[in-house]
Amino acid sequence: MGPSERIGAKRLVVGAHYGIGDFVIQRVTAVINAIYAVVLFVGILMMPGFTYEAWRNLFTFSVGGFPLGQLLATLAFFSLGWHAYIGVRDIWMDYVKPTGIRLGLQVLTVLWLMGSVVYFVVILWGA
Amino acid sequence: MSDRAAKRRPQFRNINVWQLINYRLPLAGILSILHRVSGALLFLALPTVILPLFAMSFTSEQGFTALGAVTGMIITKLILLVLLWGFLHHFCAGIRYLALDLHHGLDKHSAKKSAGVVFGVSLALTLVFGLKLFGAF
Repeated sequence: MGPSERIGAKRLVVGAHYGIGDFVIQRVTAVINAIYAVVLFVGILMMPGFTYEAWRNLFTFSVGGFPLGQLLATLAFFSLGWHAYIGVRDIWMDYVKPTGIRLGLQVLTVLWLMGSVVYFVVILWGA
Repeated sequence: MSDRAAKRRPQFRNINVWQLINYRLPLAGILSILHRVSGALLFLALPTVILPLFAMSFTSEQGFTALGAVTGMIITKLILLVLLWGFLHHFCAGIRYLALDLHHGLDKHSAKKSAGVVFGVSLALTLVFGLKLFGAF
């Protein structure tokens, strides 16, 4: 057993603790996503009819001229992207061992999700 | 003790892909791997299926109306059904994981029971929303 494997009651925990930060963020964003999903679902149930105006209003309602609906939807989507980033990154870290391939996949993941966020923001704030 | 020695259980170390077929996961293990599969599925579908459909529904009234024709196709319905299951499984299993993180139901018996509940609820919801999707009500 090498020194790095000797983990016991008196182990010395070192490092920058990035892992615990990501762990917590994944859970916090999960809660945000779940709450937003439920709010959207209730919003759909409460729509007077499934019309274009009512559907748009779920994401574009404003309170006293302030675009609250768009802001909440944008924040929720950021939360979704961050949550997905940590989850997909964990998949690569578990199954893909060669550093080069793993790095490539992680870069693609970031681009995929950043592209999604930009796409969503353009749809939501564009027209 | 003697019958335990007689019945040697298979050991799996550094499992490879072909051994997976014979590897029997407990219910919570199946739930766990499906949590991962459904998450990956939603990740892949986000900019390829979900956002294009959202853009169509959101950007113009013509698009919103035309969406009815797109979702009327059986292939779209099947894709949406899979994504629907993916979301509902990820959602329900995720709530279970949040509870486990708070040290609720960590013992073997309740962990198995809650995995069963997650499967029951997520599959029932998939059935209900699926029937709605296919126009049963």
